[in-house]
Amino acid sequence: MRKYTPKDNVQAKSYYTDRFWVAPFVPKSDVSEDAHFSKLLEVMKESIEVKDAYIQIGQMIIYINPEDNFKVLKLMKEQYDYAMCSEISAVDYLAQDGEFEIFYQMLNLKKAKRVRVLTRIKEGHAIESVVPLYNSANFAEREMYDMFGIVANNHPFMKRILMPDDWEGHPLLKTYPLEGDEAASWYEVDKIFGKEYRDVIGPENRDPASIDRYDTKRFSRVGYEREFDADISSAEKEAPIEYSKARFVNYNKSSKQLDERR
Amino acid sequence: MQQPNKLVPFFENLNFERDDNTMVVNFGPQHPSAHGQLRLVLELDGEMVVKAYPDIGYLHRGIEKMAENMTYNEFLPTTDRLDYIASTANNYAYALAVEKLLGIEAPRRAQVIRTMLLELNRIISHLFFLATHALDIGAMSVFLYAFREREFAMDLMEDYCGARLTHSSVRIGGVPLDLPEGWLVQMMAFLDKLEHELDHTYEPLLTENRIWKMRLEGVGVIDAEDALSWGCTGPILRGAGVQYDIRKEEPYELYGELDFDIPVSDRNDSYGRYMLHIEEMRQSSKIIKQLIPMYKKTEPQLMAHAPQYISASKEEIMTQNYALMQHFVLVTQGMRPPKGEVYVPTESPKGELGFYIKSEGEPYAYRLKCRAPSFYHTGILQKVLVGTYLADVVTMISSSNIVFGEVDR
Repeated sequence: MRKYTPKDNVQAKSYYTDRFWVAPFVPKSDVSEDAHFSKLLEVMKESIEVKDAYIQIGQMIIYINPEDNFKVLKLMKEQYDYAMCSEISAVDYLAQDGEFEIFYQMLNLKKAKRVRVLTRIKEGHAIESVVPLYNSANFAEREMYDMFGIVANNHPFMKRILMPDDWEGHPLLKTYPLEGDEAASWYEVDKIFGKEYRDVIGPENRDPASIDRYDTKRFSRVGYEREFDADISSAEKEAPIEYSKARFVNYNKSSKQLDERR
Repeated sequence: MQQPNKLVPFFENLNFERDDNTMVVNFGPQHPSAHGQLRLVLELDGEMVVKAYPDIGYLHRGIEKMAENMTYNEFLPTTDRLDYIASTANNYAYALAVEKLLGIEAPRRAQVIRTMLLELNRIISHLFFLATHALDIGAMSVFLYAFREREFAMDLMEDYCGARLTHSSVRIGGVPLDLPEGWLVQMMAFLDKLEHELDHTYEPLLTENRIWKMRLEGVGVIDAEDALSWGCTGPILRGAGVQYDIRKEEPYELYGELDFDIPVSDRNDSYGRYMLHIEEMRQSSKIIKQLIPMYKKTEPQLMAHAPQYISASKEEIMTQNYALMQHFVLVTQGMRPPKGEVYVPTESPKGELGFYIKSEGEPYAYRLKCRAPSFYHTGILQKVLVGTYLADVVTMISSSNIVFGEVDR
């Protein structure tokens, strides 16, 4: 029977995992340990629903509902000096929960504090853009759309950013294949020359060091010069490669022996 | 999408409204001043830029995707290819993120070596900035002088790790090698030479140069509000008068123990950023000079002792059975960090370089996001360039010091 390969996550997997192995967790600590974070959380809880909050590796992590994202960031920016939104991106949990996890990495420069705001949205749902608050979200949300297909509502320019405009699929999804299909391998040829040129151009050779010994067009043949573009595939004289014989060097002796080839 | 054919060319994301008098110019992606693969679509009214649209992605290699399909140690050399001018900074940022996730700390000697390499790397990167910035503006000779010193610095790097650009000189949990003999003496000689050249070659050539000042002063103005809003960090943020350096504010490695200053400029323009880079080189030199006596006081251990995650030394692997078994498992399967997530910011020569790693307890990262400073510095071009002249566009691009390896990833 053929081995079953799941389609919802086609990424690399560990080939062996001990069946008694249980992954430990990165330690979490309570928000009350930090005065600044606990105050921020308190104020936040007054206006919105905070699902979970804790401190992990020196940064506070807050889980909120996706519809509150703009409100939370606005509060953090205007009342708590979180002047910079360092990063926005997502994590694909479609295979497990049918959801994306979106994170906003926030920075307070005056107190040197960092908070990560996390929210989960269902597949196909959109999230409100935070560009009116932080212009850095302009590129970051475009990248998130490009990589995951998560649309940010009211974004000024919701277009792909890294991949070509007409690219199919979103590369950072776990369902995205690791190798291209046939259409992908002919993409440039089809776009530039047209499908009929596939035969003329031939498949792409990805080996940058590849050498065709019968190619008289691109490779010179020192000592065996031929006419340019002459076909020598059948009538070429064999020129076997010579290897030097292994030689024994006695390093205990004062002088090295000469190479046998001389 | 517009369907392209031979008569109607295909311009991505562009509307041609010919009723006004503007002209659309494609700047790059093969422009020598585009610092790699930047395509900038400029809408010009005369010589004035009325709309700028940075189009990126020409160097996209899917490094974040590769990270999800490589074990943690396998991915480390790939980080070299992010900001290829300052590879050690990337290696280090990644290694630090994984170390925080694992909850381990590098031994003291490794920390000293890493900090030295990071600062040497900052000097290499800043010299490159100075050279290309001057070259873009037209000061050819500075390029030659700066590359001469950069060559010495890269020789030092080569003596340490064998590579000049793609260093991979930092490992998760420490460094692979001790400093070679005589390296610190050469380093000291290089720093003296660098400081001498800064005072006697670069600054006299540029700082009070009339043409240099005319080309830089008041060009590419980014104020503090814009810099914060657009996510600019590093010299651009400090050039806007915001004193924020992660080495100082959120110290990592040995920066908490070292004595150095963070230069700030409130000029907001390219000239201020140029001055910052010069001053930061002096500070880096000062930092390395403090590290040299610290090195001599350390124990020779180079890698952290955490057998669950990090292989033992070669000597132990070759002599002890259990160390060899651990090493075999770590090489063939890869380390399995605990479940959790981490975001670690570091101050790379370009700005805040951070790695977000989400681990699900597997040998492969579930998600790795590289927060690259140049990505956001490219984003602000669409704001800064509007209202400037075409001749100043090149100044702004080179002043922002963007490297496309990390913009496109």
